[in-house]
Amino acid sequence: MTKNNAKAYWKENIKYVIILLLIWFLVSYGAGIIFKDALNSIKLGGFKLGFWFAQQGSMYVFVILIFVYVRLMNKLDKKYGYDE
Amino acid sequence: MTNSIMLVESLDVQNWTYILVGVTFAIYIGIAIWSRANSTKEFYVAGAGVSPLANGMATAADWMSAASFISMAGIISFAGYDGAVYLMGWTGGYVLLALLLAPYLRKFGKFTVPDFIGDRYYSKTARIVAVFCALLVSFTYVAGQMRGVGIVFSRFLEVDINTGVIIGMLIVLFYAVLGGMKGITYTQVAQYCVLIFAFMVPAIFISIQMTGNPIPQLGFGGELADGSGTYLLDKLDGLSTELGFAEYTEGSKSLIDVFAITLALMVGTAGLPHVIVRFFTVKRVKDARKSAGIALLLIVLLYTTAPAVAVFARTNMIETVSNQPYAGVPEWFKKWETTELIVFTDKNNDGIMQYVADESKNELVVDRDIMVLANPEIANLPNWVIALVAAGGLAAALSTAAGLLLVISASVSHDLIKKIVRPSISEKGELVAARLSAVGAVCVAGYFGINPPGFVAAVVALAFGLAAASFFPAIILGIFYKRMNKEGAIAGMVVGIVAMLFYMIKYKLGWFDDVLPNKSEWWFGISPEGFGAVAMVLNFLVSIVIMKFTPEPPKDVQEIVEHIRIPSGAGEATH
Repeated sequence: MTKNNAKAYWKENIKYVIILLLIWFLVSYGAGIIFKDALNSIKLGGFKLGFWFAQQGSMYVFVILIFVYVRLMNKLDKKYGYDE
Repeated sequence: MTNSIMLVESLDVQNWTYILVGVTFAIYIGIAIWSRANSTKEFYVAGAGVSPLANGMATAADWMSAASFISMAGIISFAGYDGAVYLMGWTGGYVLLALLLAPYLRKFGKFTVPDFIGDRYYSKTARIVAVFCALLVSFTYVAGQMRGVGIVFSRFLEVDINTGVIIGMLIVLFYAVLGGMKGITYTQVAQYCVLIFAFMVPAIFISIQMTGNPIPQLGFGGELADGSGTYLLDKLDGLSTELGFAEYTEGSKSLIDVFAITLALMVGTAGLPHVIVRFFTVKRVKDARKSAGIALLLIVLLYTTAPAVAVFARTNMIETVSNQPYAGVPEWFKKWETTELIVFTDKNNDGIMQYVADESKNELVVDRDIMVLANPEIANLPNWVIALVAAGGLAAALSTAAGLLLVISASVSHDLIKKIVRPSISEKGELVAARLSAVGAVCVAGYFGINPPGFVAAVVALAFGLAAASFFPAIILGIFYKRMNKEGAIAGMVVGIVAMLFYMIKYKLGWFDDVLPNKSEWWFGISPEGFGAVAMVLNFLVSIVIMKFTPEPPKDVQEIVEHIRIPSGAGEATH
């Protein structure tokens, strides 16, 4: 039982990690590097969008991603009884 | 009231610097005396009882070095878009830390990174390889910090660089040896406050002056305050192309190199022992996750301001000097000229400063560090702000140096002496050994600070490549791949680090050839700074292939892996 519990917990954790890392990759390597030139045709105030993602936006998203993970995992810990 | 205002105005930069540096140093020493370490657990991991907020602040100060504080904005102001590799690279790694490493290493609950490698891969060889990597990474990094302390002292207090290094050594020695991780943690909390305040105050002032917006992150993308309706970035793009430079928002590195450098820096950040070990100091696994978030938030505050400062300073500088008569330069220009951070050579003897991309016509050489150091003077800010920058630079350099020294001393006293050479050593004996190795490490770091070997500056940036090529894959596989065994991990680390060292020595230092090979010879067009990404992939591949042909790890090791994946019960685990 506890073994199955641990397995299910781990599976859900991995799912969260994959989704969040996908976003992590898309904002930095995607919007900030690979698609930078395409996004630069869009303007956000005085910023070209690709440039903004590379020098501002991706960093804000990184912070949000960690706090989302903290929340998700605190809930998951409770659900599987690993909270302390 | 009037008297005190007069006093504030009459104090010169020098006196202000003495006061602010003196007060901050007194605070650091006071904290060290208050938080002495009495056991090895306190010395190595601050008794594993640090709150997430304090650990987040300490991690942020530990992380932001003299390079982040003094040099980064300057580097970006010359690199334009390309500077994003540092911004994303040095922050994105925290996402990896929070999601893939910190919680599990905290649950594992030992003292050092080689502890994890040695236990998880049930092998002394693995531990020794890890100790070697930790020392290599930390020493290359710490030498640069001590030098940074010396430089700040010499520029602001007009003492010799070497005297500055020695003063810095004595301060770090005092609180690192006395307090260990416990002393370092709480001084770093104070140092974070000093450095962030020192960085933000001039940035806010300058943002208001140039764009009318008090938030630098917004002023960065705002319109100029002169009422022209032009966006600041458009103006800078125009100025840059006019002088023959690449457009500021475009950059000049190739896409693949930007990708590789960013990846190497991110993964390297997540693999740096002095950062990882900070997550051993909190109480529970959930605290490790949370403090990674707080640390990144506090880091991003500075890191999103730096590119704004870069743009303000670059625009300001071009407008102040480009095509202006040399006879009319402002006061600050002359001051920094004496330190040779600005050099003007009137090549065509017209008395006008031509600042252009074309090397043969350019008459002005500007050191990148000036962008932060001279910024308050360029913007005519009060003397206390200029002095604040000195105190902030010292806080940044000292906090990082202390964190690195602790990794070095723990590697020697815990990983080498306790775990390999003399396992019978008593708790008291180990604590003495830890303090003595800290003294030894400070002396070595100070020596390199005073006599920097020519290659140190070139190698510091590559510490990330080394960390990416060695630790990151071994730790990730150790957590996420139960079947990974010692043969695979050791082979991977050795191949990764050797590949990285080879590429670095060949293409960065040029020791294999008579001249440094041309950029066109780089593999896949990837620079030495970005090669850590390739070496990391190589490490992963070698580890997995070797593992397939060798026996699986023993049952009890597989149980360790299952154990660290579950967050509860981290408090019990000690050495």
